Amino acid sequence: MTTDTDRTPHHAQDHDGQPDPYASARETTEGRVYTVTGGDWDAVLEDATHDERIVINLGPQHPSTHGVLRLVLELEGETVTEARSVIGYLHTGIEKNTEYRNWTQGVTFVTRMDYLAPLFNETAYCLAVEKLLGVEAPRRAQVIRVLLMELNRISSHLVCLATGGMELGALTAMTSGFREREEVLHLLEFLTGLRMNHAFVRPGGVAQDLPEGYRERILDFIRVMDSRLPDYDKLLTGQTIWHKRLRGIGYLPLDGCLQLGITGPVLRSAGLPWDLRKVEPYLGYEEYEFDVPTATEADCFARYLLRVEEIHQSLRIVRQCLDKLEPGPVMVENKKIAWPARLTIGPDGLGNSLEHVRRIMGQSMEALIHHFKLVTEGFDVPAGQVYVPVESPRGELGYHVVSDGGTRPMRVHVREPSFVNLQAMPAMCEGGMVADVIAAVASLDPVMGGVDR
Amino acid sequence: MSSDESEKGTPAPGEEHSSAERPEPGLEPASREAPGGDERVVSGKARKGMFGVEGYGDTSGFGGLRLPAYTPPPAERPYGGWFDQVADELHAALTERGVPTEALQQVTVDRGEITFYVRREHLVDVCRTLRDDPALRFELCSSVSGVDYGPDVPQRLHSVYHLTSMTYRRRIRLEVCVDVADPHVPSVVGVYPTADWQEREAWDMFGIVYDGHPALTRILMPDDWDGHPQRKDYPLGGIPVEYKGAEIPPPDQRRAYS
Repeated sequence: MTTDTDRTPHHAQDHDGQPDPYASARETTEGRVYTVTGGDWDAVLEDATHDERIVINLGPQHPSTHGVLRLVLELEGETVTEARSVIGYLHTGIEKNTEYRNWTQGVTFVTRMDYLAPLFNETAYCLAVEKLLGVEAPRRAQVIRVLLMELNRISSHLVCLATGGMELGALTAMTSGFREREEVLHLLEFLTGLRMNHAFVRPGGVAQDLPEGYRERILDFIRVMDSRLPDYDKLLTGQTIWHKRLRGIGYLPLDGCLQLGITGPVLRSAGLPWDLRKVEPYLGYEEYEFDVPTATEADCFARYLLRVEEIHQSLRIVRQCLDKLEPGPVMVENKKIAWPARLTIGPDGLGNSLEHVRRIMGQSMEALIHHFKLVTEGFDVPAGQVYVPVESPRGELGYHVVSDGGTRPMRVHVREPSFVNLQAMPAMCEGGMVADVIAAVASLDPVMGGVDR
Repeated sequence: MSSDESEKGTPAPGEEHSSAERPEPGLEPASREAPGGDERVVSGKARKGMFGVEGYGDTSGFGGLRLPAYTPPPAERPYGGWFDQVADELHAALTERGVPTEALQQVTVDRGEITFYVRREHLVDVCRTLRDDPALRFELCSSVSGVDYGPDVPQRLHSVYHLTSMTYRRRIRLEVCVDVADPHVPSVVGVYPTADWQEREAWDMFGIVYDGHPALTRILMPDDWDGHPQRKDYPLGGIPVEYKGAEIPPPDQRRAYS
């Protein structure tokens, strides 16, 4: 005997209590009858293809992610359907640290943010502090800053080519890129005393004048670069594999760039000649002759070509700097801002000049007090806030510096081009192949020290 | 200073009968109350004394020094240069779009930069106007940053936007001030998608809540982190010394020459 509810036709149910679409069932007087049908081939196929959906985690410790960058990729076979980046693995709280040091000490921190472009960080920070103070560095210091920044741009672009090449398997690009970068670092060591993290640019000027014989060393360097840069064209520009890995990859058109706030070579590869050295000249860039290369392809290959061309343009600026360097002070005259000691090379390396030590220890109590106050306490900066952008190798590097009138910054915020540009990674990668993710990230050239700060 | 101390005859620095007593109140800086009873933007805390020490620790006699909090002064017309043009166009465009003029709380021109202090209710409308109006065209949002002016300052959390007009080659700054108890600011991601990560960073570091942000999660600190590290009252760690349990105090508690 069956009840009314049992008599109504119903579908067979599997373990989960769901009706089976391929074997419906109904109750009859003879018992339950199943009608078995075949599966839909399309549905079967769809199930099969969707089985290839995987989510992989790339990084943060991975040789191809351009630093401690972690990418979470959702793949359909080899096609990227969704890409997200996870950052913060190199966060060291530099912005917060600067709030507990005096204004001069801030240079030592900011130079460690984007460690491939330390001189840009130093210069932008010092320009911001100088704008708050209302002072301007002397002309020789300005030319030295331009000179150092352009040398730094060369080394940064060389690392971009080297690591970018390595990530795509072009190991010769890496060895030659790092070889040339080493030339720049040797030169910077000769000029500033350190290969990286120079802390050479200071509020009010630069720490020291250039050493003797700088002109010959820089000319030697230019000669070496002129002879070696054509090798990049021979090695990469016409190379078939390089073309196939980069052409049409990482496409980001102009409207996408503007919405995502992209600046630097990536923006210029989309056709907009936006270079702060030209559109908002600072440090007398309007006096230098150089071109802003652009392209319209908006792909990784265009960005590669732009970076090589920018190296040539930077060399052009370095040459002009040598002619503009006239004798003069490298620090503002204001003794309330300028570092009191004249640094010299002592028998034990860099140190205060004996002349200065003799004066403050033996002759002038006031000079000693002044030295002590300025070194321990630092100088006051009038309250207010400024935003100073410079064109770093990766785009607009902006310093938003706030002072409340004290001897230490209230807030130093860095608009890091790496940080902002990295947001474009999903737009460049989704819908492409997983191997092209590496090429796209390499063409953005994010430096994780700058991204995470 | 408590009353029992003054009974003992040692007035606090700057108080009556102290060595740093002020002769008359007329020397105090003028009050910074805004005329309309409206609260003025404050960017910095009032300071007194020297060397960061108060009470009996101060043997310097500088305890009577007082510095009022810095309030960015409102600019007066003409602002100079293209600032007037941008301000006029912005007013016209806002009126055209039906945004009330109270949207702009204050305008400050300082060191060749113009700052519009915007009320948070109208921030998105102001941004959209600045981006879309053909006479303004601020296409690029260069930077979004938080600023914390510390516990003593009213509306201490500021969200600062730097906008760039690539067409006219101009830069302006928008600033929104909020209380720490109600740190809500509308998100501008809908107008400037580039603000996405930058607002996440400001949330992470300052705890400013950007309403309407598509995914307001931590970005630099770990997901399960407590607190917002760049706030001025975020506790800093000291360094233990292996001698009689001493500790090098955290940087904000050290004696400082300021």
